[in-house]
Amino acid sequence: MGDKVFSGLALLAGVAILATLVFVAVFLSFNSVGAVYREEEGLIIRQFLQYAYPLVIGTLIASLIALLLATPVAVGVALYISHFAPPRLSKSIGYVIDLLAAIPSVVYGAWGMSFLGPTLVPLYGWLHQHLSFIPLFAGSPSQTGRTIFTAGVVLAVMILPIITSVCREIFIQTPKLHEEAALALGATRWEMITMAVFPFARAGIISGVMLGLGRALGETMAVALVLSPGLLTASLISAGNSTIPAEIALGFPEAPPGSERQAQLIAIGLVLFIITLIVNMTARWIVSRHKEFSGAN
Amino acid sequence: MTQTQQQPMPTSVQGPAGPANQHAPAPASTPRPRSLTQRHMPWWVSLVILAVSAVLGAALSALMTFNMAIWFILTAVLYVIISYGVTRAKVSRRKATDTLWKHLVYLAFIIALLPLVSVIWSVTSIGIPGLLEPGFLASDMRGIDGTIDRRSQEEGEPVLGGIRHALVGSLLITLSATFISVPIGLMTSIYLVEYARGGPLARAITFFVDVMTGIPSIVAGLFGAAAVGWFLGVGNSLGLGLPTRSTMGITAAIALSVLMIPVVVRTTEEMLRVVPNELREASYALGVRKWRTILKVVIPTAISGIAAGVTLAIARVIGETAPILVTAGFIVSNNWNMFQGWMTALPVFIFRQFQNPTSPNFSDPSHQRAWAAALVLIIIVMGLNLTARLIATFLAPKNTGR
Amino acid sequence: MNAASFGRTAALLSLASFVLVACGEANNPVAENGDENGNGENGGGETSEVQGTLVGGGASSQEAAMTAWTNGFTSVAPEAQVNYASVGSGAGRDGFLGGEYDWAGSDSAMEDEEWEQSKEICGPDGAFHIPAYISPIAVAFNVEGIDETLNLDADTIASIFSGEVTSWDDDAIAEHNEDVDLPDTPITVVHRADDSGTTDNFTEYLEAAASTWEWEASDAWPSEISAESAQQNSGVVDLTSQTDGAITYADASQIGGLNSVAVLVGEDYVEHNAEAASQAVASSTPVEGQAPNNMAVELDRDTEEAGAYPIVLAAYNIFCNEYPDQQTADLAVAFAEYLVSEEGQQTAEAAAGNAPMSEDLRSTAMDAISQISAQ
Repeated sequence: MGDKVFSGLALLAGVAILATLVFVAVFLSFNSVGAVYREEEGLIIRQFLQYAYPLVIGTLIASLIALLLATPVAVGVALYISHFAPPRLSKSIGYVIDLLAAIPSVVYGAWGMSFLGPTLVPLYGWLHQHLSFIPLFAGSPSQTGRTIFTAGVVLAVMILPIITSVCREIFIQTPKLHEEAALALGATRWEMITMAVFPFARAGIISGVMLGLGRALGETMAVALVLSPGLLTASLISAGNSTIPAEIALGFPEAPPGSERQAQLIAIGLVLFIITLIVNMTARWIVSRHKEFSGAN
Repeated sequence: MTQTQQQPMPTSVQGPAGPANQHAPAPASTPRPRSLTQRHMPWWVSLVILAVSAVLGAALSALMTFNMAIWFILTAVLYVIISYGVTRAKVSRRKATDTLWKHLVYLAFIIALLPLVSVIWSVTSIGIPGLLEPGFLASDMRGIDGTIDRRSQEEGEPVLGGIRHALVGSLLITLSATFISVPIGLMTSIYLVEYARGGPLARAITFFVDVMTGIPSIVAGLFGAAAVGWFLGVGNSLGLGLPTRSTMGITAAIALSVLMIPVVVRTTEEMLRVVPNELREASYALGVRKWRTILKVVIPTAISGIAAGVTLAIARVIGETAPILVTAGFIVSNNWNMFQGWMTALPVFIFRQFQNPTSPNFSDPSHQRAWAAALVLIIIVMGLNLTARLIATFLAPKNTGR
Repeated sequence: MNAASFGRTAALLSLASFVLVACGEANNPVAENGDENGNGENGGGETSEVQGTLVGGGASSQEAAMTAWTNGFTSVAPEAQVNYASVGSGAGRDGFLGGEYDWAGSDSAMEDEEWEQSKEICGPDGAFHIPAYISPIAVAFNVEGIDETLNLDADTIASIFSGEVTSWDDDAIAEHNEDVDLPDTPITVVHRADDSGTTDNFTEYLEAAASTWEWEASDAWPSEISAESAQQNSGVVDLTSQTDGAITYADASQIGGLNSVAVLVGEDYVEHNAEAASQAVASSTPVEGQAPNNMAVELDRDTEEAGAYPIVLAAYNIFCNEYPDQQTADLAVAFAEYLVSEEGQQTAEAAAGNAPMSEDLRSTAMDAISQISAQ
């Protein structure tokens, strides 16, 4: 009896999520028709794509910078907490890191805008001077530091606690028997980590990274505050580029009701959906190839 | 990682003999150590290395433009490299690799701390004066307008106004959102991990939960407003006498749940999955029903991770601005009723005070309120986090050798 | 164990700090008419009997003024409460047309289609606009070495903002400022990152008055021009203040200590000022084809009239001609009348620094407001 009720409840929760998502999808698609269809001209997918692709690339650049910077550091910090720090300290440190996930993005944005951006200006100048033959560092360096690179760094700082938190919990869950067996066989601490901890935690690490990526892809306010949005450019050190959430946040409040602009903004929201979808599918696929270490099967 | 990946292994544990032997030179060429303990370097060696790399770093950074940051980075990099070299030459290659990675992990920790400390420091140092303003937490913004702020800034009068209304709004909205999302999210991950085991429905749910993590927050807000508006419309046409307008606290809570649920599902799912099967099997073997096993064995084992996941989920939404503004509005006075009237949340308050100061020309009082409110927001999250942790510690099984 | 004890200490500490601070009494200034006695006879002003809650949303440009208005209104109508959410003009009109808000604040007038749509909730005459928040837009700059107002004409302003003129000692600038010693600082253009009515009005001016400006006026900055940007008036002003050689456009009430440009109109260079701004709205052409009492205007950007300052933002408050019940209608009339009243305009000016409406405009607005009725 209890079993039936409980599994029924669990199933119900899952179905509720599916239903919500269907509603969101219907809502979005319904409202974004105007972006790809004009009554006089019929389908205008080409115009929409022209509008959307720089934003898609900008979003990917910012998230990629954030991931590249944050993932190694986050895994390192999680390892430090779980396996290196003195046990008395490690809980407090973990607690502090969790806390950092909670700083509102407005604050990160304000920090990036008023502190980090200006701090990075000399670096941009130096990069431009010495490495301007690489397209990434071409273009006139920003005088205010409000670039896609700064936005990426801010995003990295924002997602660092998320990835750390998930990884740490997984690392701590590593079966003690495995760890002790490895140490007993004479492995150094690092060898123990690569042999016992990482294989066990691989799916978890990827899950944490994806969670961070989700946050980075969807982050609005921090990017909107830190970046000077503009045309798509390969340069990381000059003003330009924009991300989808920032574009929505900056454009939506003033978009006239029922206009093409409003539809366009909702439609790029849908595009962001699809990007997240692809990214997550890839991640799931990677995880599924290494399922054998998961504890529950 | 690659090493373990390439080899199919019967167990997840592999003796160091495996990979070490493949690369180590033939045993004949290396003399066996006399004793079982490895050679150690004396404790002062690392200090010497640190000093050497600091000097070298200073010299190198002086060649460019001397700057504390560059000096620090160079010193760290040099220290890591030199100690690797020294350990490798003096002790062993394996020990050197271990040292290298140990240093890299420490370095990661320090790198992570720098920006985080900088953020925290800027919030606290700017926020505390505002927080200590008498009555900051007890007042709302009724009667506060540009003329009053101007007087504060020009004549040095105390900054009036406070965040009581935003505090109440934020707590109510966030807690309601948590009460909606945590049961749904947790039950979903229980379904995914314990019941479905990779069936088509489970795959669909996992897939769509992933999609949900990518919903831009403003879209969640619009969706929340539209959904509640539609629900109220249908309810009223059936003569239920519901309010006609959807702008109220509960709408914001629903919109935030859309953002929270995927975070809860993703983290708790991962935490449930790593609960060893032996525990479940042991419980079944004792004749315990499945649902009791889940409630009494699986969840308590994973509770610390679940608590961390819930904290993350709360953290994800407690700083949201746009969805709350469109779903709950913005008021200057206090409202305790989730189902009637507008509400203000802390992040909305912070954002508005930052971006459109109450007095455009005399923005210091507004900024002071904004930073102080940000500090309060962080303290609230700290409190919620602590509560989650305490619950977790209370429920977690005593430390057994897992 | 450790976590628990650490947690307990931290919890105690934070609780203690909370209690310490929260013990203070509320410091809210008491409304001029005490809410307690309810009769609202003191204060000397005329008070209204209206009660209930009026909710509105829209443009963030008039948020500071609206804060002052909603506060001031409680001294006129102690029983009433007015809430305003600055969700943006578009979202505000959306909420208004959807029946979520009783009135909307908007930087731009409704499209004809939107007006047609407003008939569904506002009766046969639909909704109408009142330009209650008028503010000149200043072209402000921060250049070390220039501590005075610069004179420029529309063409030069357009060339600067489109990135053709890149240095402060360019001949085009020097031509208008023979007495000023111009440094060779590079120009950094700062524009609004978010879509805004300010950008719309500024580009409308450039489009109409400058021959070198080839973009259409819009809420969004032309995407072909790559420049620095920030959010909201406060953002662009902050960024400009921090950057040597920066120039931007912003609500004149918000430029703080920045110097601004005097614009060539006809024969003279005109600095932004409240009177000229209000005059510009009063003398412009009304928009035809909507409600009979509609006050939406087409601003005359390329005016040659002496003393007029053509870069002006007129933010509207959009009200219904008919409200579903008498209470809301009374409340809307009382609040709208307060907005345009001399007292209301002064309150806003003191708090937000916008330009008060002219007498003519006020009487037209009062007439328009008197048309509001209940269905």
